[in-house]
Amino acid sequence: MACPDRLDRALSLLLPPAFWLGVWQLGAWLVELHVEGRGNELLLPYPATVLLALFRLARSPEFWWTALASLARIAAGMAGGAVLGGLLAALTCTSPWCRRLFAPVIRIVRATPVVSFILLVLLWTGRDQVPAVIAGLMVLPVVWENLTQGIRATDGQLLELARAYRFSRWKTVRLVYLPSLRPHLRSAAATAMGLAWKSGVAAEVLCLPRLGIGAQISRAKQTFETADLFAWTAVVILLSLLMERALTRLIRRPEGGKPL
Amino acid sequence: MISVSHLTLSYGEKRVLEDFSLTLPERGVTVLSGPSGCGKTTLLRCLAGLERPRSGRIQAPPPRETSLLFQEDRLFPWRTVEQHLMDVLPQSRWAEVPRWLALAELTGEEGSFPASLSGGMRRRLALVRALALGGQLYLLDEPFTGVDPARVRRLMDALRALDAPVLLSSHETLACSLADQVICLDGPPLRLAKGQV
Repeated sequence: MACPDRLDRALSLLLPPAFWLGVWQLGAWLVELHVEGRGNELLLPYPATVLLALFRLARSPEFWWTALASLARIAAGMAGGAVLGGLLAALTCTSPWCRRLFAPVIRIVRATPVVSFILLVLLWTGRDQVPAVIAGLMVLPVVWENLTQGIRATDGQLLELARAYRFSRWKTVRLVYLPSLRPHLRSAAATAMGLAWKSGVAAEVLCLPRLGIGAQISRAKQTFETADLFAWTAVVILLSLLMERALTRLIRRPEGGKPL
Repeated sequence: MISVSHLTLSYGEKRVLEDFSLTLPERGVTVLSGPSGCGKTTLLRCLAGLERPRSGRIQAPPPRETSLLFQEDRLFPWRTVEQHLMDVLPQSRWAEVPRWLALAELTGEEGSFPASLSGGMRRRLALVRALALGGQLYLLDEPFTGVDPARVRRLMDALRALDAPVLLSSHETLACSLADQVICLDGPPLRLAKGQV
């Protein structure tokens, strides 16, 4: 019964977005009724208007350079935050003193409002670096927490086997730690991705780098081009989803590697 | 000579080894037989250097020259059958993999992951991995759990053909009947069973 299955999958894939697009359309129509034709596009544009704005923007090369600049900044920030978070997690698991040392700092980083960080980093570095630094700062605690948990949850019996079978340190990392950490890495990637994009674009809105989605969002707000604001937001969501998909594919469990 | 003398070891309040001494032959297959929980596994782990007795002396090849089959299979869910053997063999000996697979009667399962193997197949894989690791002493903890009698016979033949002494714990009467020596134990704390010299 392949056909009903396929139909069911197609419906479950298409119906929810169609429903929410309908809600959006209805909302925009109600706003238009409320303002009596005096520019509902300013408050809540129709989905079709946003789509047209997106097509219009995508025709200019600057759109692609802007998206690429934001993507590069946020990906670099994420990579930096992930590497640093991973190193700190490894250190945290080596000694209780490291945990005592890092845990409060990570807690402070997590509790500090992102705006405070943006403004402070803006004072300390150039405006182009702020989004990457902020994205990294947001990613670091998530990666640290997940990997610390993952390292602690690594099967002690497999680690004992690695010792008894004289595996080198690198071999133990490759054969025991990394595969055990996969679910934790996946969970960290999913959480960190959203955080990195939200905070990175927020930093761009405040710092206004020469090329950046956040700067375009800020410009759209100042010029009351709400459709453009929606279109750039859609680009952020799309890029975030694409990056998340790519990352989770990269760290997915190898086929057949189910727990025993 | 492989011997332990006056070993004492406790897990919390539980005394597992208390002034325990034993001498083992330098060749052949010796089966340690005894009820579950009597301390056989602890003795094997002491010989493998994984447990440190509170007192006593162990005269055996160093841990780096010892190969231990754990009581549990301890297979990597993310490694294939073939990779399990490649993991313990240096690259220069990867050509031996088919021979070890044949011994475990796992030829044709090279690309399978442990989750798709039966309990007996997993045990055989864990066993040949320990044998492939090699060493001057093989310590095998319940190697035949879930393995059928015909295969136990063939594997015991292979164990007897090894250059190094094999010490295995087993409940299988068949394994005991095929061993060069059987040591009956009781405990805890571990001791030679009555009638055992």
